[in-house]
Amino acid sequence: MNLSRRTLLLTGGALAAVAASGCAVTGATAPSTGATTGSGGALSGDVNILLMKQAGWTEEDWAGVISKFTGANPGVKVNPTFVSYEALHDKIVTAAAAGTYDVIHMDVIWPPEFAEKKMIVDVTDRVPASWKTDMQGGALQAALYKDHFYGAPSFPSTKLFYYNLDLMAKVGVTEADIATWDGVMKAAKAMIDKGVSKHPIAWSWSQAEAVICDFAQLLGAFGGTFTDASGKLNFNDAAGQQTLQFMVDSLKDGTSAPGSPTFLEDDVIKALQSGDTAFGLNWESTFRDLNDEKASKVAGKCGVSPTPAGPSGKRPGVNGAMAFAVTTGSKNPDAAWKLIEFASSKEVQDPLATSAMPNWVSSFSNPDVVKINPEVFAACKVAYADSILRPQVVNYNKVSSILQVEIQNALLGSKPVKTALDDAVSQGNASLGG
Amino acid sequence: MTAPKTERAPRRRRSATSQVQTRFAWLLLAPAILTVFGVIVYPLYRTVLVSLFDVRSALDPAPAFVGAANYAEMLASPSVWASLGRTLYFTAASLVVEVALGLALALLLNAPLRWRWLFRTAIVIPWAIPTIVNAAMWKGIFNAQYGALNALLTQMGVIHDYVPWLSDPWRAMNLVILSDAWKTTPLVAFFLLAGLTSIPTELYEAAAVDGLGWWKRFRAITLPLLVPAISIVVVLRTVEAFKVFDIIYAMTRGGPANGTAVISYYTYVTAFSDQNFGIGSAMAMLIVLIIGILCLTYLRLIRKSEMSLL
Repeated sequence: MNLSRRTLLLTGGALAAVAASGCAVTGATAPSTGATTGSGGALSGDVNILLMKQAGWTEEDWAGVISKFTGANPGVKVNPTFVSYEALHDKIVTAAAAGTYDVIHMDVIWPPEFAEKKMIVDVTDRVPASWKTDMQGGALQAALYKDHFYGAPSFPSTKLFYYNLDLMAKVGVTEADIATWDGVMKAAKAMIDKGVSKHPIAWSWSQAEAVICDFAQLLGAFGGTFTDASGKLNFNDAAGQQTLQFMVDSLKDGTSAPGSPTFLEDDVIKALQSGDTAFGLNWESTFRDLNDEKASKVAGKCGVSPTPAGPSGKRPGVNGAMAFAVTTGSKNPDAAWKLIEFASSKEVQDPLATSAMPNWVSSFSNPDVVKINPEVFAACKVAYADSILRPQVVNYNKVSSILQVEIQNALLGSKPVKTALDDAVSQGNASLGG
Repeated sequence: MTAPKTERAPRRRRSATSQVQTRFAWLLLAPAILTVFGVIVYPLYRTVLVSLFDVRSALDPAPAFVGAANYAEMLASPSVWASLGRTLYFTAASLVVEVALGLALALLLNAPLRWRWLFRTAIVIPWAIPTIVNAAMWKGIFNAQYGALNALLTQMGVIHDYVPWLSDPWRAMNLVILSDAWKTTPLVAFFLLAGLTSIPTELYEAAAVDGLGWWKRFRAITLPLLVPAISIVVVLRTVEAFKVFDIIYAMTRGGPANGTAVISYYTYVTAFSDQNFGIGSAMAMLIVLIIGILCLTYLRLIRKSEMSLL
């Protein structure tokens, strides 16, 4: 028998047939969807946890938390993996089929998608009833979908307004002057006129979720919302147009850094740390980074407040809370939940208030906790009270991508503000259903 | 009765030897077959399969069969065609830049320079850098606020206010091409250098005797004899450039305003960010089809040019 081309092809075909016969289209079996059940015995085994490396707890913070957890649960080994926020969603999706991770770090906008696609476990049965009153509402939102818990809040989060007190003093601007966006723009123009800063405001307006967070925060200040009562997108109304026009104008008049349409949050931190930029919106942990003497030229020279008020008079922060969820592919759900409970607990979260605000309402009135990060606690109290939520829909990523592109079209002058928002709303509404 | 037996014995021996040889051949081929099957045939088969179903989750055990509907939806999408247009521009522009610069570099490195060995070694460095590192490096260089390019140009007095290099879609695309060319031009140069060194020096000596200048020698000898090397480079780089992904992902993530969203990046976003694996797979098959057509066309052209040289 010769080894002919036909034989080779037949062999390949046979291999393909064997593989095909053993697999469905996705290769998936029906995932578990019900609540996980607790086990009474000692926990053991590995827990692989996928975490965001951006705002919030640092890798060092996590090392401490994991060390404490494994100290109390010696049979459990926790293996953390850190990825940037921009890579987090796709890493969760690509790892889902293999069941690589037992616990994932989940943004407030993802529970509908992950729950509907049965990627995460309904843990309502495990959640103590007291959480609903003892935890921050915005933080709870990150774990909830259709009144069911799909995880435990990891921390509440929003963008706060950071300012360089030195640069402000040079133009005679006080903290009271920048309580509104009008005041901020006046201060920024004064800085340009007096040569204090070429472009005083830096934003994270890159084609990423970051630009949606900034837009959301401004939209709230201008009195707008993402959706109407029926759940349809409506941010192309007058408030939405004023918001985007504000963004476009600030780029045109030079008050905003021209590089803003390419910046992520880390770029804004670096801009503020350099001492050349006076103002910027960013997550709570930014105050820690600005006061890091190793990296920042402005350590001890910055202030923080809730977002300045717009025409609505409100100072809302975008809800950027995160949650921990147990994946349906987890081989060790009991140990995974135990780790989540531990990381969400008051005892663990309170001491780390410099990196992320605690989940717990009582922490905000506990002087021993507040004194760890008093400026940020004060700003968050206001921002959390009026927080604005991005649409919690299954196809959020698609809707967000559409809005990101249309906001950038307006920022770069490719489309008038109204056209860009109208296009975003019509395409977004078409994508809401699937 | 005995005669046939004595005739059959050597045949059986031959047959036994042949079987041993065949088994040995299979044994030697097995790793290659399994590898090709595992990394090419099976993934391709799965991609084709998924493209025929409405797969909205990697965990969906029974997605609906939709036949060619994903392909129809893909072909009706203006975003797909726009990303294909950007990909074609990226491919054509990077090919022109890389072949032109690569040829110039190859000619330079083939010249009798004093430190030629050093230049030949140094030029490998950009190619040796991983694409993701190269992308991060250029992203840093082009950063509007603290990038090296703005700092350099400001110090030289060329600009007075920093330029947001990656803020404009058209400029961003061209700068990504430039960043890609910086990394891949050395590879092109080495291919062409290999071609140059195989050209007999007698041809240049004869041309010099005939009084041909540099340009005429280049056109009459160098370029025609470099055609096979250039053809290989064009095929390789076309395929590589058409499926560009990593430098886009790391430098611009398709922005600004989708200005650098090439087809591979858009496929990735559709499949993994939007969790629309059906259409994502259909888009992947479109990429395979286009690259297949490009390869066949190039191979035919190369065969034609080789025939004309004989």
